[in-house]
Amino acid sequence: MERTAIIGIGMTKQERRKESETFSDMVFEAVTKALNDAEMTIKDIDNIVTGCNDFWDGRTISSMAVGDASGAWDKNISCVEGDGTFVALYGLTRILSGSYRATLITAHSKGSESISSLITNAMFDPIYTRPLGLDAITSSALQAKCYMDKYGITEEQCAMVSVKNHRNAKNNPYSQLPMDLSVKDVLNSRRLADPIKLLDASPITDGACAIILADEGMAKRFSKHPVWIRGVGFCADAYHLGDRDLAECKSLEKAAKTAYRMAGIENPFKEIDVAEIYDAFSYQELMWSEGLGFCEKGEGGKLVESGKTEMGGSMPINPSGGCLSAHAVIAAGLIRIAEAVLQVRGGAGKRQIPDVKTGLAHGINGPCGQSHCVWILGE
Amino acid sequence: MSEKEMELLTKGSGEAEQPFRYSVGRWGSKFLIELRDHKKLLGIRCPKCQKVYVPPRQVCSPCFQRMEELVELSDKGTLMAFTIIRFSFIDPETGITRPVPYGYGFIKLDGCDNSFQHFINIEDESKVKIGARVQAVFSEERKGNLMDIKYFEMIDD
Repeated sequence: MERTAIIGIGMTKQERRKESETFSDMVFEAVTKALNDAEMTIKDIDNIVTGCNDFWDGRTISSMAVGDASGAWDKNISCVEGDGTFVALYGLTRILSGSYRATLITAHSKGSESISSLITNAMFDPIYTRPLGLDAITSSALQAKCYMDKYGITEEQCAMVSVKNHRNAKNNPYSQLPMDLSVKDVLNSRRLADPIKLLDASPITDGACAIILADEGMAKRFSKHPVWIRGVGFCADAYHLGDRDLAECKSLEKAAKTAYRMAGIENPFKEIDVAEIYDAFSYQELMWSEGLGFCEKGEGGKLVESGKTEMGGSMPINPSGGCLSAHAVIAAGLIRIAEAVLQVRGGAGKRQIPDVKTGLAHGINGPCGQSHCVWILGE
Repeated sequence: MSEKEMELLTKGSGEAEQPFRYSVGRWGSKFLIELRDHKKLLGIRCPKCQKVYVPPRQVCSPCFQRMEELVELSDKGTLMAFTIIRFSFIDPETGITRPVPYGYGFIKLDGCDNSFQHFINIEDESKVKIGARVQAVFSEERKGNLMDIKYFEMIDD
């Protein structure tokens, strides 16, 4: 693969409701910060890919509504309707095509403006699934049940993920829910859909993120600290939940394998220094840890118990606080990438893990991790 | 005036809806009509891998193969996963908040290779377990939609 780098990142603070900003205002803030970070002006950008979802934005062709804020006037702008990791992936392929040199990637959503359960219910088949009321929480509850039952994962082990990530969020000024919690607090929180409780679930969030991708020449010209893309992998599973084995995440295993092969990684647990992974629910961090090969199948619970995924552990996961502490849908995967970039640069402030050479960022699309995208970033 | 003191406005989307009329399609129509008229469940078999799917659809995903052979399935099956919903949920069809708790799960019908999801009767929660045997209970008045099955109930068999 030709060498491509991330040379700028910017994000808004993630909050429950941003009353003074429209979604396009949020994008403008993230884009301005990313350009400043890269020491570029909008003139240096030759194309833009936005991450938008018409349902979350409440309007069709929502990408056009963030064109001004993304500096897209008189430029080539395109859109990915999905998680930010997939938006960045499309941006990467545009650079690799040789047609573009510097791509601005944006992603945003305002969860506060709509009724989340109705929006996530609308991702399902309208004839057979929607009428039952399935949404992101309840479909994930079904997956959690399958996974926990098959491998003997306990609610306490899931709760430990929430405790860790909310504590990590205290070091992240951009996160929404920094909290000191105990496992008991999580277990005693309101039951939403068994086995998921309120504190096992990510919050409703408003937020935006932007990153700038550049080919090698541009990266070297503009950036003192380019973070190189060493590998990317993605894979999708079946659409109908009933067609999948929900206790497994085969598409993640395949995505990770592809990314690792590209990056020359043989032992991910040893060679990766920090991981930002898409923990929309506490059980997901355990399940995705297994899919990413950080531990054996069914050992995700033991991994969190071992303390290795804590800030001071050998494989810190989600030092940012993760999606459990702030979950701006669509932007969340791009935020994982931006956080991994900060870690590799050594610029993550109080949430910095020492001596990060290789970082991993992960995003999902579709119910219960239907598709996964894995990024390996390095010095 | 500082940002904090400033009055910030919002605007609702109004009362108008965006109604759709979704095509159920050839296979889905056969499934729902059979359900409505004969209280029978149909699956569809892949000619290549022989897997049977419910509800019937055109394509076997792993084989990328057109399917055409309908098969009658049992109204009994096994509960593969379930959840009990305990937060109030706005019914997407009626807009009315559905009473909680209620349950749904993945049911693997006998003779079928995939699962499909439906309500489960949770009156006796102690019987609701992964691996439990279940049977469809049909609605008295059937209209050719998913609700022609009322729910699946736990059975001893």
